[in-house]
Amino acid sequence: MPELNTSRLTALLDQRYDELLAAWITEQLQIVRRGQISESDLRAQCAELLQAVRRGLSSGGSTNLAGQSWAAARDLLARVSSERAQQGFPPSETAMFVLSLKRPLFDALRGASNDADTLASDVWTATVLLDQLALYTTEAYQRSREQLITRQQEDMLELSTPVVKLWDGVLALPMIGTLDSSRTQIVMESLLQRIVETGSDVAILDITGVPTVDTLTAQHLLKTVTAARLMGAECIISGIRPQIAQTIVHLGVDLGDVVTKATLADAFKLALSRVGLTVGRVRPSSSSSAPALAAPSTND
Amino acid sequence: MDRIPILRMGPVLLVSIQVDMHDQLALALQDDLSNAITAHGSKGVLLDISSLGIVDSFMGRMLANIAGIAHVLDAATVVVGMQPAVAITLVELGLSLEGVRTALNVEKGIAMLQAAVADRDIPFHTMIDADGTD
Amino acid sequence: MLTARTEQVAVRVQHDIVNVRQVVRSWSLSIGLGLVDLTKLVTAASEIARNTVEYGGGGTLQIEELRDGLRHGLRLVFEDEGPGIPDIDRAMTDGYTTGTGMGLGLGGTKRLVDEFDISSRPGAGTRVAITKWKGP
Repeated sequence: MPELNTSRLTALLDQRYDELLAAWITEQLQIVRRGQISESDLRAQCAELLQAVRRGLSSGGSTNLAGQSWAAARDLLARVSSERAQQGFPPSETAMFVLSLKRPLFDALRGASNDADTLASDVWTATVLLDQLALYTTEAYQRSREQLITRQQEDMLELSTPVVKLWDGVLALPMIGTLDSSRTQIVMESLLQRIVETGSDVAILDITGVPTVDTLTAQHLLKTVTAARLMGAECIISGIRPQIAQTIVHLGVDLGDVVTKATLADAFKLALSRVGLTVGRVRPSSSSSAPALAAPSTND
Repeated sequence: MDRIPILRMGPVLLVSIQVDMHDQLALALQDDLSNAITAHGSKGVLLDISSLGIVDSFMGRMLANIAGIAHVLDAATVVVGMQPAVAITLVELGLSLEGVRTALNVEKGIAMLQAAVADRDIPFHTMIDADGTD
Repeated sequence: MLTARTEQVAVRVQHDIVNVRQVVRSWSLSIGLGLVDLTKLVTAASEIARNTVEYGGGGTLQIEELRDGLRHGLRLVFEDEGPGIPDIDRAMTDGYTTGTGMGLGLGGTKRLVDEFDISSRPGAGTRVAITKWKGP
């Protein structure tokens, strides 16, 4: 971009700083939503940005926002964008924060200029500058919303696939919904991590709530089982619906020696036996007839 | 040259691999272990890799070699503490570590070695007839 | 495609393989690569570095940080002037066993990275380029 003459603009900002600030704040107060941002905060932000613009223009005199002299302005704009995004402001309002400086600035330029050509040139320079600043605001806003969405997605993923402890040494991972590639990978990593943290010998992957399984998902499940085995734990896959069983066979997926059980209950029983436990009835002579978990005894 | 220390706990040898090993060091370990197993008549070898963030194919082969050598020398081997990221990577790499027994931690590893040792007149509590395979 | 930082590392002797792992790890951390991705990339680098030393007679590694619009990642280029690989397809098949010493099972290494490019001609050396992008 060819360098624009910013000397008059810079001079104007220096000489008419207070007027410009006041005019801009007035402009802002008319358009900003009442109650969503306090007047004192608004004043502070306007003052800070105007200072940053002044600094950006005076050192180097360039309108190139990527330069070092504009670093303070960029930081401020990124911060304002991020705050407003979190408060739920629409992006247009955040951009207006910058663009509303145009009118006061043009008014000041008109007042200070004798020459139509010079005025036109300065107005253009000011427009270019403020447009860039506003666009930067919009970009920063976008990034900030995207980060929020990503965080929410991650939270949702965690909630939808909890790793639960069924018993000492036995974990269960009830999976609900369709398993896509990235979700399965995240689930796999968190399961393996929990296995290490809890020192669990057995993990049950229950796919009762999974409607369909494609080749990629099946492979991911198998990789999870293999990785767990490499670490020294065992995985049992349970809750395989008839349709999924057919899909697995039709796709030619080789389950190898991975143990599969139709129900979570069956898988749990097997898991208990693997860790040396069994479920037995309390002897009839006692008053309680509830079954209890017996101490280590013979396995099934 | 630094050598990886081998600790002895009764009939079991304990090795904790903490450094990023270069090939020579790995070969030296194999050597030292073979000698130690023979010298002490050890029946079990526990390799702790919980500090290893990277296990590549060479390292994997080395672990399998150690297990193989120990087996020939009548000792059982167990590798413990494999990190999840390492396990995931090894699976992707296609390295099966066949013939290498693994456990989540040292405690379970020792228990596994106790169970794997069979028909021997040494003071391990459990005598289960096993020839080292699960 | 914009390349930001870049660094060259010697891959000539056994000790260099360890160094490659540490350097790649350090670069991966600096761009914020996740733990699993980092582990995969460093492992892949270790595999290829080993081939470069043992089969290629030694060579170099060029690490580049890549920024391509929204994507952010690392590219590692290994080059040697060794004998070259006569049968690349065979070198790419899974050849890992517990016994043999040949580390040429590049097929597995390919699965660890997002982009994998290999060019080799007998007598003209080998060039392997791998790229790993940061997850979202």
